[in-house]
Amino acid sequence: MTKVTLNVNGETRTASVPPEMTLLRLLREEFGLTGAKLGCDVGDCGACTVIVDGKTVNSCLMLAPQADGRDVLTVEGLATMERLHPIQKAFEEKGSLQCGFCGPGVIMSAKALLDENPDPSVLEIRDALAGNLCRCTGYSKMIEAIQDVARGDNRQPVGESA
Amino acid sequence: MKVVGQPLPHEGARGHVTGEALYADDLCGRFPGLLHAWPVLAPHAHARVTRLDAAPALEEPGVVTTLTAGDAPGEANTGPNRHDEPLFPDEVMFHQQPVAWVLGETLDAARRGAARVAAEYEPLPAVLDIEQALAAGSYLTAPLRLADGDVSVLESSALRFEGELRIGGQEHFYLETQAALAWRDEAGYIAVYSSTQHPSETQEIVARVLGLPRHAVTVECPRMGGAFGGKEVQANASAAVAALGAWKTGRPVRVRLTRAIDMAITGKRHPFLVRYAAGFNADATLRALRAELYSDGGWSLDLSEPIMWRALFHVDNAYRLPAVEVVGRVCRTHKTSQTAFRGFGGPQGMLLIEEVMAQAAQRLALPADVVRSRNLYREGQATHYGERVDDAERMGTIWSQLKSSSAFEARRAEIAAANARSAHVKRGIAITPVKFGISFTAQFYNQAAAYVLVYRDGTVQVNHGGTEMGQGLFTKIQQIAADTLGVALARVRVMSTRTDKVPNTSATAASSGSDLNGAAVADACRQIRSRLAAVAAGMPDGEWREFAAVCEAAYRQRVPLSASGFYRTPDIHFDPRTGRGRPFHYYAFGAAVSEVEVDGFTGAYRLLRTDILEDVGDSLSPVVDRGQIEGGFIQGVGWLTIEELLWDEAGRLATAGASTYKLPSWSELPPVFNVSLLERAAMPHVIMGSKAVGEPPLMLAISVREALREVVAAFGSGVVTFDSPATPERIFFAVQRVRALRPALT
Ligand code: FES
Ligand code: FES
Repeated sequence: MTKVTLNVNGETRTASVPPEMTLLRLLREEFGLTGAKLGCDVGDCGACTVIVDGKTVNSCLMLAPQADGRDVLTVEGLATMERLHPIQKAFEEKGSLQCGFCGPGVIMSAKALLDENPDPSVLEIRDALAGNLCRCTGYSKMIEAIQDVARGDNRQPVGESA
Repeated sequence: MKVVGQPLPHEGARGHVTGEALYADDLCGRFPGLLHAWPVLAPHAHARVTRLDAAPALEEPGVVTTLTAGDAPGEANTGPNRHDEPLFPDEVMFHQQPVAWVLGETLDAARRGAARVAAEYEPLPAVLDIEQALAAGSYLTAPLRLADGDVSVLESSALRFEGELRIGGQEHFYLETQAALAWRDEAGYIAVYSSTQHPSETQEIVARVLGLPRHAVTVECPRMGGAFGGKEVQANASAAVAALGAWKTGRPVRVRLTRAIDMAITGKRHPFLVRYAAGFNADATLRALRAELYSDGGWSLDLSEPIMWRALFHVDNAYRLPAVEVVGRVCRTHKTSQTAFRGFGGPQGMLLIEEVMAQAAQRLALPADVVRSRNLYREGQATHYGERVDDAERMGTIWSQLKSSSAFEARRAEIAAANARSAHVKRGIAITPVKFGISFTAQFYNQAAAYVLVYRDGTVQVNHGGTEMGQGLFTKIQQIAADTLGVALARVRVMSTRTDKVPNTSATAASSGSDLNGAAVADACRQIRSRLAAVAAGMPDGEWREFAAVCEAAYRQRVPLSASGFYRTPDIHFDPRTGRGRPFHYYAFGAAVSEVEVDGFTGAYRLLRTDILEDVGDSLSPVVDRGQIEGGFIQGVGWLTIEELLWDEAGRLATAGASTYKLPSWSELPPVFNVSLLERAAMPHVIMGSKAVGEPPLMLAISVREALREVVAAFGSGVVTFDSPATPERIFFAVQRVRALRPALT
């Protein structure tokens, strides 16, 4: 067993895990954060995307001990008690998701993109999110939502209460 | 204010975006002592199991028990109708078929245990595709047949041609793989969370395997992370394994297939082989069609028979077939049991007639859209199974509206001119129609029940038999209930689907989820509403002011605040012996125009623009409906262009992950994508004037295949044909063929 201490959504969490445990399993099974999903197990689909030290990561591919000492942001850390994150809000209003299973991963990838590039072109959006598969929607409402956020103010959380 | 018809977000959207929406496998944390299951997979496509010793697995630390034949107190068989899917087979029928399961304290322990199970096999010859099945006489059904008119006129037609078309299957790739969680409930019975489109059938199969009556088994589907038909029958085996494990150990058991295992062991859209002969009159109207359709059903029957029926019903697509004889037969092969997938055979049937229309156009040197439009159904005409095509003029309206809104003629002229100037990169444009029959072809499935509960504070819980897989059914149900009761949307909560709330439900399938369940919910709400109206009439000012006040008054007057609703689709019937009847309550119509660009050196192509006009009746929920159209279309584009299932000569699925099986990604989305809903389209006798929308848009993607055909034709001469999917590789070779036929390079 390996002791792992990391910052998850602003809170310091510790767990003692087998060294081969993935970050995704640590989040889902040890910390009860089931937002990130297990879609393909092998880095193909992006359903497990979280942000580690500002960069998107397929958490099914990262080992939990590799996240030791790092900052991890999951979809659960985006909204506050009062407000949705603007990307969440836009995805909700635009009808960007259908089954929703890909959503947490897509939203985290979109967040990482907008943090780095607040005004991405459609091509840049497609490029940045190429690692996130969705089987339901055909993607167009997601692109619209991300563009909406980019056009608005994506720094300040706005919108009605979560 | 009415909420039906408003562009509301998905009922589950808030949970989806916050990560709070729970899917079956997200519930594991609620079950201390949870066991994990891993299958023992057979390494042959066809083999006899000569020895299976599971005992060594028990020596593996963390392994709790194994599940093998003899563990099931009931019948260890999950085949829905024919009981032809043994859970612990002694004859392996497809590569990686599970022959036993291991339960462990952790997934890793179960997996290590499964590797230690000693299994020996005697390999047997395998039938791996339709041609081999035909040669071996390997079938799952008798021939199914639909015929109408005198097909012998085919021989004397002005234009006569024949051909063969291979149509590939499709992997569902629902983002959430098969998942189930089972435990012994407080009464010692069995409860299951299952990602299933058909909770009542999952309940039936679990009860069968455990030898229990159905009231001892409760199945709940919280929601699904996509299904597309792939969780109609295919969910049952995972639920049965979880339930059997829980029954044997007394501990909760989780089954969640890894993606690799899910793709290896669950059924897919049926590959088809079609042989056809068609005759046309000189005016380009179809005179007669004869065809044999063979589907690759895999190892067990599953839903292959009704899927073949639907293929036969849809060989007309939107065209009048004056004389036709189509025979369909399901082949048995040593592959996964192919199953329902959005369209349910309809897409394969339609692909045949669109191939025929396109070839007729080329052979008659007419534009394909002209040949297609000349053959569209006219008012008063009937299908080849004798059902009158009501509202046939809608198809003509859609056709002309879409041609003009997409500037079809002008763009075609512009493309022709541009192609003449560009030797190696050319474009093409095509328009194709869709007419899709709505109803389950098995008549008894066309029923639904609901149970609506109103509380004294005026809030409402709605229970119904439909499942939510992302298609927006719960959103529509919530809207229908709110409007029918006359309350605000926020007062209505749609509950997850449970067999202990509404019994004997039908699968959520055949695009009929909102037609059937919506009507049942409306029935229950109307009953409550009329009881409340009577209460309100007796209130002091006789006025209906506050819903909650009326509910409280009703309670005090001992008026019941709950009701069951029921719906059965009227006037549908079909006799498979005569091939005549009215199997569909109505038809959904639509059309699409797509433009593509092909690089003649490589066969690589891009979808440049798609315009869609779809008849959804009076849309119940426009955001949901548009989402279904966009998503269904893209899924169809995947099926017809890039998604190619490949099996090797040993029957192993070579495309066993998203790394080798190409799914539509962000880059497949056309840069211009216009989706419109037909206006003034209210549909009488369907819930609130709406029409089904789940499946029909998938087949709009045929416009992309046909646009590719147009481009290939522009590279040379001769009749253009290629199998499906139209991968860049196939397009490359198709271009090579027509270039070789080109009279002379100038
Ligand atoms: S589950 Fe991690 S990329 Fe698919
Ligand atoms: S919404 Fe279902 S996978 Fe994206």
